Amino acid sequence: MSATTAGTQTPARAQPDANLPGPIAWAKANLFNGIFSSIVTLAIGAFVVWALYGLVQWAFINAIWWVPDTAAGKPDPTSCRLAHGVGACWAAIHDKWRFMLFGAYPYNEQWRAGICIALFLGLFYVSADRRFWNKNLATIWIGTLVVIFGLMWGGFLGLPYVPQDQWGGLPITLILATFGLALAFPLSVLVALGRRSTKLPAVKLICVAYVELIRGVPLIALLFMANVMLPLFLPDGVNFDKLLRAQVAFIIFAAAYLAEVVRGGLAALPKGQAEAADALGLNYWQKTLSITLPQALRLVIPPLVNTFIGFFKDTSLVLTIGILDMLTASKTAMADPVWQGVSTEIYVVLAIIYALFCYTMSSYSRSVERKLDVTKNR
Amino acid sequence: MMIRMSLTGGLLASAMLAAVASPAFAQGSGSATLDAVKARGQLICGVAGAVPGFSLPDSQGVMRGLDADSCRNVAAAVLGDANKVKFANLTTTNRFTALQSGEVDMLSRSTTWTLGREASLGLMFAGVNYYDGTGFLVKKALGVKTAKEMDGATICVQPGTSTELAISDFYRVNKMKFTPILIQDLAEIQNAFLAGRCDAYSTDSSALATFRATQTNKDDFLLLPDIISKEPLGYVVRSGDDKWFDIVRWTYFATVTAEELGVDSKNVDEMVKSSTNPDIKRLLGTEGDMGKQLGLDPKWAYNVIKQVGNLGETWDRNITVLGVQRGINAIWTKGGLQYAPPIR
Repeated sequence: MSATTAGTQTPARAQPDANLPGPIAWAKANLFNGIFSSIVTLAIGAFVVWALYGLVQWAFINAIWWVPDTAAGKPDPTSCRLAHGVGACWAAIHDKWRFMLFGAYPYNEQWRAGICIALFLGLFYVSADRRFWNKNLATIWIGTLVVIFGLMWGGFLGLPYVPQDQWGGLPITLILATFGLALAFPLSVLVALGRRSTKLPAVKLICVAYVELIRGVPLIALLFMANVMLPLFLPDGVNFDKLLRAQVAFIIFAAAYLAEVVRGGLAALPKGQAEAADALGLNYWQKTLSITLPQALRLVIPPLVNTFIGFFKDTSLVLTIGILDMLTASKTAMADPVWQGVSTEIYVVLAIIYALFCYTMSSYSRSVERKLDVTKNR
Repeated sequence: MMIRMSLTGGLLASAMLAAVASPAFAQGSGSATLDAVKARGQLICGVAGAVPGFSLPDSQGVMRGLDADSCRNVAAAVLGDANKVKFANLTTTNRFTALQSGEVDMLSRSTTWTLGREASLGLMFAGVNYYDGTGFLVKKALGVKTAKEMDGATICVQPGTSTELAISDFYRVNKMKFTPILIQDLAEIQNAFLAGRCDAYSTDSSALATFRATQTNKDDFLLLPDIISKEPLGYVVRSGDDKWFDIVRWTYFATVTAEELGVDSKNVDEMVKSSTNPDIKRLLGTEGDMGKQLGLDPKWAYNVIKQVGNLGETWDRNITVLGVQRGINAIWTKGGLQYAPPIR
């Protein structure tokens, strides 16, 4: 077996079927290979058809896409309630999608938050492209982030000022995830290097204590500390922004986990690499930055992305401290008595949004792995 | 930049307080909270942010509900503008710390007034905007008329709530047995009840009435007449700032008095001009110095009534639309518990 087929879905088979090309032959060999195999295939096939039929019935055919307004100008959910359990109520999404995406951000200013989401996506797209991996990327990031925060806050050029506590929805999720990971990653590299340090025992001790302490505490506890305990220690009236507090807690938490991933990569490198660098007379930073660290990071792309995806979803934990991220906003939307009972539809939409982001991250990481896999493609 | 500004401001303020503790107060109104609210130009009010009828953002993201309007009342009285409120969403866990630490100026978050909370948490309850209580919702098919007939019933209840305690007390007192089905999530617990996993669904009766009203087959459900616990939900402030306590409490009394006197947001301008009733004149600031005594504008109550409305109006706007009867929450002249001492 060569390494290239290891990732594909075809199960390894004992008997070669080279003389039976074509889809029918493939089905015969893989799906209807004997009586037992045929029965299992038919049973699973019937189940899939039945489930798909139910899903299509619920999500499309019986679904309520639109409801009329009542005299009071509010949507009239009667048809949705009658269809409950039979068809999806997409009309609720129609009424609530802006609240789900933007939270309590002032309704007439939500286009600004929408542009911010687009800017974030553009930023991710540009950062993913290797052609942009040069010094300009930092400028692009700083520029985009300034524009994003300028738009979110406003207060210039006739844009009304929107205080941070009114931000909500997807922009909050993206801000927490992007800053959390972008700042936690460099911190984690420093901590990982510190933990492996042999010449600086004090630094090593601090790094070990940091990682073990933070990893030993649940994220919710850290968020509570940042949100509930911190204000008690500060004098009256001094009040850090709630989002900033949650953001710092996230960075600290993510860095502890990422540090261990990076340390794993450093530990996996053959000792000869570092020794060769020493033999060339490189100093510590030259050795680390150009020899060990690049190789170590390449090794740990899968667990790094694993942690990234986990943290992207963990941002929803800010609901425990009352920040209106996308999940919290959607749950708040569900509480509206007009749409009582419409929760599946809202969760389905949320799941699709989260899945899109997470799938993009994982498929991108696979492509990066392939491109950087210089040793195996040589 | 915002952060740095508020940080320096806070540091300055605390430094001043430390240096000249009592003279600093003598300069202001005598209430640190009132001074802070006026300086900020905004009231920070703690709400739940996820309870229909009390505080829940509508599809446009504007906070609506009885608790939200209670906050608006105080903003209108103190700042003259009901929209100068910043709503802070608080959970049941962080609500009291947020108030104690000064993160919010007041709490209006469906919080039950109990001795324990007032005596040991350094808080004061300034008024009750909703008299609630634990109730039971059953399917009519069950054939039960009162809670005492429900020996051996399974009851859906959210864990860790005062409801859970109230039910177990009720069953212990009546020497009956029940099986609790504990479900944390609101949507889940309602689905469980509808699916027949439990005989009864128990929580605050206001929430039960709302839930029943939004069902298509609402006549298949029965809200039992028994209210097995007292849950007076109110406005809360920090203790130690009596002046602020007075303002919050009398703002609430003003809305009760306005309803009692028949002053509402639509006729208040007319009343200011033509009313000869001394009670109304004192309330609206055309006679006497009620506002000044509280350290507020003479038109404090006028602003509340004009911009937010009297208690009955806020009730109708937020609670009646949910299908909940006013019952004991009516004013005392209509047989309810809402009573205000005279504004004199």
